[in-house]
Amino acid sequence: MASNTQEAAHGGGSAMPQLDFSTFGNQIFWLVVALVVIYLILSRVALPRIAAVLAERQGTITNDLAAAEDLKAKAVEAENAYNKALADARAEAQRIAAETRAEIQAGLDEAIAKADEQIAAKAAESEKAIAEIKAGALESVKAVANDTAEALVAALGGSADKDAIAKAVAERTKG
Amino acid sequence: MGKIFFYAALALVLASGLILAPEEAKLAIHPMDQFQVSALFGGDISWYTPTNVTAWMAAAVAAVFALLVLGSSRRAIVPGRAQSVAELAYGFIYKMVEDVAGKDGVKFFPYIMTLFMFIVMANFLGLIPGSFTTTSHIAVTAVLAALVFVTVTVVGFVKNGVGFLGLFWVSSAPLALRPILAIIELISYFVRPVSHSIRLAGNVMAGHAVLKVFAGFAAALGMFSFLPIFAITAVYALEVLVAFIQAYVFTILTCVYLKDALHPSH
Repeated sequence: MASNTQEAAHGGGSAMPQLDFSTFGNQIFWLVVALVVIYLILSRVALPRIAAVLAERQGTITNDLAAAEDLKAKAVEAENAYNKALADARAEAQRIAAETRAEIQAGLDEAIAKADEQIAAKAAESEKAIAEIKAGALESVKAVANDTAEALVAALGGSADKDAIAKAVAERTKG
Repeated sequence: MGKIFFYAALALVLASGLILAPEEAKLAIHPMDQFQVSALFGGDISWYTPTNVTAWMAAAVAAVFALLVLGSSRRAIVPGRAQSVAELAYGFIYKMVEDVAGKDGVKFFPYIMTLFMFIVMANFLGLIPGSFTTTSHIAVTAVLAALVFVTVTVVGFVKNGVGFLGLFWVSSAPLALRPILAIIELISYFVRPVSHSIRLAGNVMAGHAVLKVFAGFAAALGMFSFLPIFAITAVYALEVLVAFIQAYVFTILTCVYLKDALHPSH
């Protein structure tokens, strides 16, 4: 019913309002107005603003990535410095240890040499004493042999010449 | 056993539905009434009269303004919801123009964005129950398509001079075939705005008319009306898809035509 009155109002020709040419001018006029307004809104405000926001975001991301790269490089650098310091400290420790060892070795060598010397001196002294004692002992043996030989000769009834006995004993004990 | 019971119940409901249907509401379906252009304040419709067309186009402009200007007003580095959608729309159309029409097509981006935003907003606003769909009118889509056609033709001749006619001269075809192909190409070139506009208006109009037809069934079927209401739900979901896809198709075809104008070689 409503549609009948409406159709009657604009001549009631077609069942499709799309083909009612009497409204075309109106629609086209308002469409052009709408398109112009949207175009102005977009080209003057919206699109430059969104483009700026997108560019800014891209810039921020790029900056952040660069900063991250920078920090990473710094971290690597710090790690290298740390490793270097560690290696240095280790080398220094080894150096000190070697030095100390050498020092101790030198002291030790000196002490050993000294001790050797002392031992050698003592040994020489002892040898000398032993030689003296040996010589002393030989003399005593000779004296005892002389006395014994004289006593034997006397006991056998002879009288011995002291010089001849000494000569004979010296001859016998030589070898 | 269960099946038999189900069909018996269905038949019973159908019969009772037909018997109990309201007498006066029998199939009073006027699917085309929704497309009626009417003056907002009465009187005759001349070219400047504010009509429902004016109102719904104003709504489309307001929606574009709300999404792209108000939505991006905070200029946030980390966007909110509205700004994300605005940036998505920007990126979507920008990439489309760049990919399809080429680098030198980018200076037409505001123009193409205008077309897309208007069509997509008008289509979605038209899906509000009781609203008027401006893009269902051939007068509107024909102007949109004619704008594209004129722009493309003018740009083609300005950029390439007479070389733009090379678009119709298929140099890869055998010489004997070329005049015939040129005629076909020429016809297809002039048919473009027709298909371009009728595709959009036809899709939108048909979907809305189908919704109205099912709504009429729902009114006529009484207690049995849940079936058409299910159908309306399904068709409505389809129409939401169509509203976007038709805007997308219109825009990408505009980019394709623009590419022809900028690089007419076959």
